[in-house]
Amino acid sequence: MAAPFDKTDDSVVVIIGTGAGGGTLANELAQKGISVVALEAGGRYLPQDFLNDEWDSFGQLAWTDMRTTSGDWRVAKDFSNLPSWIVKAVGGTTTHWAGASLRFQDHEWKALTNYGALEGANLLDWPIDGAEMASWYDKAEKKMNVTGTNDNPRLPGNNNYKVFSAGAKNVGYQEFHTGNMAINSRDDQDRMMCQQTGFCFQGCKWGAKWSTAYTEIPEGEATGNLEVREKAHVARIVHDDSGKVTGVEYLDENGDMHMQAARIVCVAGNSMESPRLLLNSASTMFPDGLANSSGQVGRNYMRHLTGSVYGIFDKPVRMYRGTTMAGIIQDEAKHDPSRGFVGGYELETLSLGLPFMAAFLDPGAWGREFTTALDHYENMAGMWIVGEDMPQETNRITLSDAEDQWGLKVANVHYSDHTNDVAMRNHAYDRGMAIYDSVGATRTLPTPPYPSTHNLGTNRMSENAADGVVNKWGQTHDIANLFVSDGSQFTTGAAENPTLTIVALAIRQADHIAREMSAGNL
Amino acid sequence: MQDTKSPKGLTRRELLSRATAAGASFVIGAGYVAGRDAAWATEMNAMKPESFATLAQMARDIYPHDQVADQYYAAAIKGYDTQEQAEMAEAGLGKLNTLAREMKGSDYIDIGWEADRVEVLRAMQDDPFFQTVRGGLVTGLYNQKEIWPIFGYEGESYSQGGYINRGFDDIAWIG
Ligand SMILES: Cc1cc2nc3c(=O)[nH]c(=O)nc-3n(C[C@H](O)[C@H](O)[C@H](O)COP(=O)(O)OP(=O)(O)OC[C@H]3O[C@@H](n4cnc5c(N)ncnc54)[C@H](O)[C@@H]3O)c2cc1C
Ligand code: SF4
Repeated sequence: MAAPFDKTDDSVVVIIGTGAGGGTLANELAQKGISVVALEAGGRYLPQDFLNDEWDSFGQLAWTDMRTTSGDWRVAKDFSNLPSWIVKAVGGTTTHWAGASLRFQDHEWKALTNYGALEGANLLDWPIDGAEMASWYDKAEKKMNVTGTNDNPRLPGNNNYKVFSAGAKNVGYQEFHTGNMAINSRDDQDRMMCQQTGFCFQGCKWGAKWSTAYTEIPEGEATGNLEVREKAHVARIVHDDSGKVTGVEYLDENGDMHMQAARIVCVAGNSMESPRLLLNSASTMFPDGLANSSGQVGRNYMRHLTGSVYGIFDKPVRMYRGTTMAGIIQDEAKHDPSRGFVGGYELETLSLGLPFMAAFLDPGAWGREFTTALDHYENMAGMWIVGEDMPQETNRITLSDAEDQWGLKVANVHYSDHTNDVAMRNHAYDRGMAIYDSVGATRTLPTPPYPSTHNLGTNRMSENAADGVVNKWGQTHDIANLFVSDGSQFTTGAAENPTLTIVALAIRQADHIAREMSAGNL
Repeated sequence: MQDTKSPKGLTRRELLSRATAAGASFVIGAGYVAGRDAAWATEMNAMKPESFATLAQMARDIYPHDQVADQYYAAAIKGYDTQEQAEMAEAGLGKLNTLAREMKGSDYIDIGWEADRVEVLRAMQDDPFFQTVRGGLVTGLYNQKEIWPIFGYEGESYSQGGYINRGFDDIAWIG
């Protein structure tokens, strides 16, 4: 049967969320001839709708529904209801994302084995490894047209990169370049090449950057097998007496409740909303929430340790011109415990416009120490730290007492740094400042983490059902026809930006679901 | 938000002759606040002119940028000059002046040195009124497109074809 599908049609796969994970999975299944209904809480915005303006774009795309925070991370104080900067729109956070697309390093799939048990950390090995994932990464890089792979040339370096790479060379680094970016470096796949507009975080108005909003979703829809229902907020996943899920209840934009039947349900609402939904779906049979026999739903929330370093120079840089994140130093990404911490970190170029710089450079700060830094905005260069943070059981998503506009309990996000995170961040600050000092910075600013953009780990993958929520296919240990398809599957975070891995896992999961469906197992 | 015309059609000379000085930067008259040079003026809807001038000074002292003219600070706080907000603002400024008199012996706006005013603000920085004003300025001040060029930020670039042919890599002082 072709889309649109009937709400009582229980042969469809229902996917919740259309971001990196859900959007990719939707297209992959549709291409295989499987009927898919994708429910997306946000509306649909395309390149012609995107806005070259930081706050206006934030207002257009960002998830601003209520959330609460706790823990000793600074975000809980400065942005108590905005723990995360993610998107509520068709395409999810792949509208806002910068495009950095890196594979995990082999050792990162086996963090427990390679780092050893760390006090306070809930480390675990992934049930999959680099060899297993290699061919899926190949497919993801092709799909996303990643620079530096498949003969795609790398992007040219912008002003910010030139400062960054000169510093990298001065301090003796060897692995630096303009990155592996899911941004067209030439016209390809019916999408234009990057025009260096510098608003990658606001949605690419040229469509040069890969986003499921204008690649996967329309491709899937073109098959006739995918129906995307936008402004459809899933409130609850429902199940039958045998414990199999049978469909979802969702609210339309007027707040009217609907029920969509399903053969399989795939949760891909990002690592804050996915566990929230499983917890909000508690029933008499599953009083602790769906798929939560391990008690791990919502736990081990990871966000990459992050942090930024800005350097101020005596001459103009104009870092905001050109691709926002096309620049990387990988020398510190290795696991080298002699530095005083396990795991590693990437350094990547980053720029914020003046309005966001004012909001995020040192939240809450005021007076001349703060304003003299902004006075030299034009002379600033910037970089971002992306490092592996430790999974901790107590860093978690729970249901808050607060309710959203639909009367549903919202996610509380609790996060405190592990000592390993602090040691790594301090090391990275030192290196970042040394890089800029070496090219003549007159002032450097080690900047605290922003609200989370990389949200990981709250429904983690594990070999044993007792240790996590999903198995190596993203299928929940407890319920065979319930899957998790987003970044919340991550067992550990690795040092790399997560989206390429989320996409590779989604392609692989689609393959598995199709195989199991035709074998009659699902 | 910015009134370019003088209040009630006053000429520049009339405006200056009817006004009295408020601190170093502002003059106030019946129902308006203006710059000392009368280059800009804004009519009051709900706040007392002296309170508005004090708030504008407070805004500048929180986020001081010597190259940014007073009118932008005035625009950033104009939202307090409404029926809904004025009472809260007047009360907060009352507290500020009490503290200023205790610590420095005069109303806030009459304290001559920024460092002395900042001392008063530091003593008040955990107060919800201070936090409201500071938090509001983050967008109220820095999201005014008119001030972006002062900081060297060029804003929107799509309509001009991005920077691909407009200097994305034009840095000259680095190899
Ligand atoms: C500014 C920024 C820059 C970034 N840059 C990079 C980068 O360079 N490289 C990289 O790898 N990653 C980057 N990221 C992170 C990347 O965008 C995310 O890791 C990725 O999009 C996560 O995919 P996901 O499928 O888990 O969730 P998302 O892409 O966030 O999609 C989740 C979707 O689910 C929807 N949803 C949630 N709950 C419900 C519900 N109950 N009912 C219906 N729909 C629901 C949401 O509205 C959303 O559309 C960046 C993120 C940001 C914010
Ligand atoms: S810099 Fe390139 S990728 Fe980024 S928004 Fe502009 S055109 Fe798109």
